[in-house]
Amino acid sequence: MRTYRSYLPDIMADLSDRQKYGARRFMRNLWQARWLLAVAVAALFCVQFLADLPFMVLPAAIVALLLAAGISGDAAGDGEESRAAAEAGELQSLSAENLAAAVTDPLIVFDDNASIIHANAAAIAAFGDLRAGMSLQLKFRAPEMQVLIDAALTGGGSPSADFIDKLPVERVYRVTASAVGHGSRLHVLLFKDQSEARRIDRMRADFIANASHEMRTPLASIAGFIETLRGPARNDPAARDQFLQIMQNQTGRMARLIDDMLSLSRLEMKPYLKPGARVDVKQVVESVVDSLGPLAKENNLVIERDFADGPMEVPGDRDELYQVFENLLENACKYGQDGDRVVVSIARTDKAPQPGIEVTVRDFGPGIPEEHIPRVTERFYRIDSETAQSRKGTGLGLAIVKHILTRHHGRLSIQSELGKGSAFTVYLPTN
Amino acid sequence: MQSLHIVSAYDEELKYLSKRIAAMGGHAERMVEQSVLALVNADPDLARKVVEDDAILDQGQREVDDKAILLIGKRQPMATDLREVIGVIRISADLERVGDLAKNVAKRVASVGDNSKQPASLYRGLEALADLALTQLKEVLDVYASRSVDTIGFVRDRDDQIDAMYTSLFRELLTYMMEDPRNITPCTHLLFCAKNIERIGDHATNIAETIYFIVTGEQMPVERPKGDKTDRIVIPAK
Repeated sequence: MRTYRSYLPDIMADLSDRQKYGARRFMRNLWQARWLLAVAVAALFCVQFLADLPFMVLPAAIVALLLAAGISGDAAGDGEESRAAAEAGELQSLSAENLAAAVTDPLIVFDDNASIIHANAAAIAAFGDLRAGMSLQLKFRAPEMQVLIDAALTGGGSPSADFIDKLPVERVYRVTASAVGHGSRLHVLLFKDQSEARRIDRMRADFIANASHEMRTPLASIAGFIETLRGPARNDPAARDQFLQIMQNQTGRMARLIDDMLSLSRLEMKPYLKPGARVDVKQVVESVVDSLGPLAKENNLVIERDFADGPMEVPGDRDELYQVFENLLENACKYGQDGDRVVVSIARTDKAPQPGIEVTVRDFGPGIPEEHIPRVTERFYRIDSETAQSRKGTGLGLAIVKHILTRHHGRLSIQSELGKGSAFTVYLPTN
Repeated sequence: MQSLHIVSAYDEELKYLSKRIAAMGGHAERMVEQSVLALVNADPDLARKVVEDDAILDQGQREVDDKAILLIGKRQPMATDLREVIGVIRISADLERVGDLAKNVAKRVASVGDNSKQPASLYRGLEALADLALTQLKEVLDVYASRSVDTIGFVRDRDDQIDAMYTSLFRELLTYMMEDPRNITPCTHLLFCAKNIERIGDHATNIAETIYFIVTGEQMPVERPKGDKTDRIVIPAK
């Protein structure tokens, strides 16, 4: 088996090749100028014979002549060819690893035992742990991938397949397998992301389903009140005020619903995070607490901070994490009215699987009944629709939180006790 | 040279077994995914396909069993190799059961019938439960590929989540049945579907324990008490 590391000696050999190449070019120049040189040497002999110069002058003159011919040919010679040769040299010395890293689509190099030789950064970002030596067939178990890998190993051209990875976020790839070079026993799997087209279809269907279902209730109530206002309640100022207030609440709810559905759709459109960005969790939480100060005051709550010392950085998207903490803290303010405070704490944790940061938002309200806890992150799930409506919930806030955390490889855990309050804990890995 | 040849053939046989497990795992994952999709979209064609696919898993399990027994007889494996072979037999049995459970969910699609009569939240709940069980299965089989058992503790947490979700769905289904006796038929079928999906999570946990045993040679630490509380759910009649 020939790994990419074994190409190193080739690269070393290439360096001495360049020296050899210089010597070859010198000889070739001499050869090209051979007739001119012959005449010049003959002329030198004539001069020696006629002028009767000292003995050593002749060989010295011939050597000077040869050198001049060899080097001048070099300078005047084929610049284009030498540039091409230099580029060929660069391409030769380019390591397969660097080339793979430059490819932005997931790419996996494997040998004819279907063991992974190398996976580029995009592949590791998309599929997680892909260390060298791991069996490709054990990692990509979907039936169509098994067929594809088998076809690639038995050498049937460049087979391709559509691969759908449902979890943790749905992704659709067009995968192509092809052999590297001739008889190198290496193959390459290239994944082309086709998720977007599929996601747009799905999004449209979801949006229509959700909109038609969730918008119908407030719309029906508005329509009913308009009818009443135009008919029986036409001349009843007290009822009119009351009805208009209800209608205003309902339109506000519809507007919030549209906002939440749009932001969820936006999140679903781009399932990956931009890599590299780091966010200071403490600073984000701090600004969320500041911005929700007025809401807390309105509900007669005090937001208490309990932050551990030191920097609290995680990889992630600032705006998205802001939305996570905003939704959680907003919920705590809305549903924790019976308590007189909301506690936000940030702490480092070394719990498995890897060290991370935990942000806990704790309220002291009525709490969530046990049977509802596992379900509250589902879209439009409502524990008690009366309360949720009066507290201006859309049923999407926690679904958005969960979605964002999945993208950050984070987790949301919920502890709650009836009559004592609830604690929502966000775990974010630091690496 | 001769001995080298024998060892490499032995390796080939072991490798073939784990490849078959991976292929079976892929089929099992696909069947679970499609059976739940068929249930949620009330799609009898997809359900029929899932029922037919179960034969592939049955065939896979028979083949793995035969090959494993042949290997034990021929090579008399020791230590890691022996654990590997025994583990493969156990995992293939679990995967075959997962296939049966998915098949059972698919079979009920026709009986549940028109799903627009049941509340959407019920199907979202079932989908969420299936997502948890599938994630469990996927992560466990990923560990089988990577052999990094140090992170296998997650299966216990996930198992608790699955149990909590199942308990919640159980309660919701009972409530719907009490509201209207016409709901009893579809809800009973959905109850069995939820139970099947929850069992799939249990089989994934079993597989995780087998993998832990293959890699470390030790049993996974004793399990905590089960989080399934449906045995105590009583909703009093109004």
